[in-house]
Amino acid sequence: MNIAIASGKGGTGKTTFAVSLASFLSREKTVALLDGDVEAPNSNLFLKVPVAECEQVSVPVPAVIDDRCTGCGACEDFCEFSAIVVIKGKPLVLPEMCHSCGGCLVVCPEKALHEVPRPIGVIETGERDNILYAGGVLNIGEPMAPPLIKELKKYHYIPDIRILDCPPGTSCPVIEAARGCDYLLLVTESSPFGLNDLKLAVGMARELSLPFGVALNRADDSFRGVEEFCSAENIPLVARIPFDLEVAGTYSRGEMPFILKKYPDQLESIMKDINLRNRRSLHL
Amino acid sequence: MIHELVVLSGKGGTGKTSITASLAVLAENPVMADCDVDAADLHLLLEPDIQEKENFTAGKKAFIHPGLCTSCGTCNLYCRFDAIDDYYIVNQLSCEGCGLCAVVCPAGAVEMRDHVSGAWFVSSTGEGAMVHAKLGIAEGNSGKLVTLIKKKAHEIAEQNGNRLIIVDGSPGIGCPVIATLSGASSVLIVTEPTVAGIHDLERVYRVAERFRPGIYVCINKADINPEKTAEIGRFCADRNIPVVGEIPHDGEVSRAIVAGRPLVSVSTGPAAQAIKTMWQKLSRLINKEE
Repeated sequence: MNIAIASGKGGTGKTTFAVSLASFLSREKTVALLDGDVEAPNSNLFLKVPVAECEQVSVPVPAVIDDRCTGCGACEDFCEFSAIVVIKGKPLVLPEMCHSCGGCLVVCPEKALHEVPRPIGVIETGERDNILYAGGVLNIGEPMAPPLIKELKKYHYIPDIRILDCPPGTSCPVIEAARGCDYLLLVTESSPFGLNDLKLAVGMARELSLPFGVALNRADDSFRGVEEFCSAENIPLVARIPFDLEVAGTYSRGEMPFILKKYPDQLESIMKDINLRNRRSLHL
Repeated sequence: MIHELVVLSGKGGTGKTSITASLAVLAENPVMADCDVDAADLHLLLEPDIQEKENFTAGKKAFIHPGLCTSCGTCNLYCRFDAIDDYYIVNQLSCEGCGLCAVVCPAGAVEMRDHVSGAWFVSSTGEGAMVHAKLGIAEGNSGKLVTLIKKKAHEIAEQNGNRLIIVDGSPGIGCPVIATLSGASSVLIVTEPTVAGIHDLERVYRVAERFRPGIYVCINKADINPEKTAEIGRFCADRNIPVVGEIPHDGEVSRAIVAGRPLVSVSTGPAAQAIKTMWQKLSRLINKEE
């Protein structure tokens, strides 16, 4: 069972829910937590799982074999991403622009290109108690997060439950993280920003045909827009946690349980919906 | 000379958009650019009146003509993105638009079609012109869209003689952030006194410094954890980054968001005051830079 935790808006509490849910479930069974927010990975600041291994992740990029290249420019003409430019009869590869499709190797009539690995980040792994952790860390200055997220998702397949902390937004990095999961928990907050970005996230969940529910964090009765939207759209509001200074305090210090201690009923309610929907859908 | 001030944070939800909206009010005659293209929120505070709208076409998607396809499987063999299923239908979410399938298909059954992945707008607001966008759900190419928005903002500033562009950035440090940083004159990093805030401040700072802009830090909700606020202060002091503002937690901030107005337009509370003081300091530093 793969549970992805996402939100349109950043800073709504994805990581809070991911680590709380992981510890909550780890009382009874082994769970895996994958940190897919590789640009700003924060879950292990709270879990504090000692990192036992650190594996480098690379993507293949073309390199020119000089004595074979005739400078014909077929590679440049083919590349949709402007990752190869021919200057004075010599192809120059711009590795950051490359999407690793491998097409330039195919179109080169002289077989003058081969592929070399380009590191884009690392995956840190470790375990403690009943939690298996794997987290992607994108290299500084590296634009492309999706290949690292794709690699991360291959980790820790053994436990029954894998929780994936996703990046914010609704574009390619979060799509890469969330696709194929069995349940998507969308975390939002009581504000017009939270509501606007939740609508985008719901659109994404529907586009990906994923069963999903909404967790409302820092719930505040002075703005009921999220509740109204969920009820109008028939979306299950599976957890509701009020703004709580104690929760904010533990979060700011990087301490673990936060909502775990105070609102375990809300975590139970999330799990209940996950189980219900997975029995109903075709995933199990 | 047009100055481009970019607001970033690394971690999401630290208050970029709220602060950007207030800076739009405080700054003299700025052009606004919302470069958080996959979760744009600035329009919720600045009430843009859309003047111009255009589709954002970036990249292509493969389309396999069923009548021409002989199901030979060559495309499948070459596609590294698992974008072609067993029935030779292209998964639009997976297709990167590289065009390799079209090159290798022996039947000529693959057509590469231009792909509209969003729209962008030029609007007028009470605070000045604003360029913003809506990236379609589950779309890529956010970096290209960011570059386009910034280019448009510069064109407007040049035409109308605006000297300042204020850019609301996206969280993280990847593609859209890198595109946002390219060409920035100065960067204001909005952080918060939490372990995650500090962790991500360091990451976004390390990306930003590669572009050599002036870098400034603002600590939002500074009073929720004085110890962590002090830690951010030390981090910045060690690197000679000016901390231009410490904004206290203030209930007025969320009330202003609910009201759909920039904080400084509707409040004289402690957070609004702190933002005004910060802007005085920041604008002085920015002017000195030039």
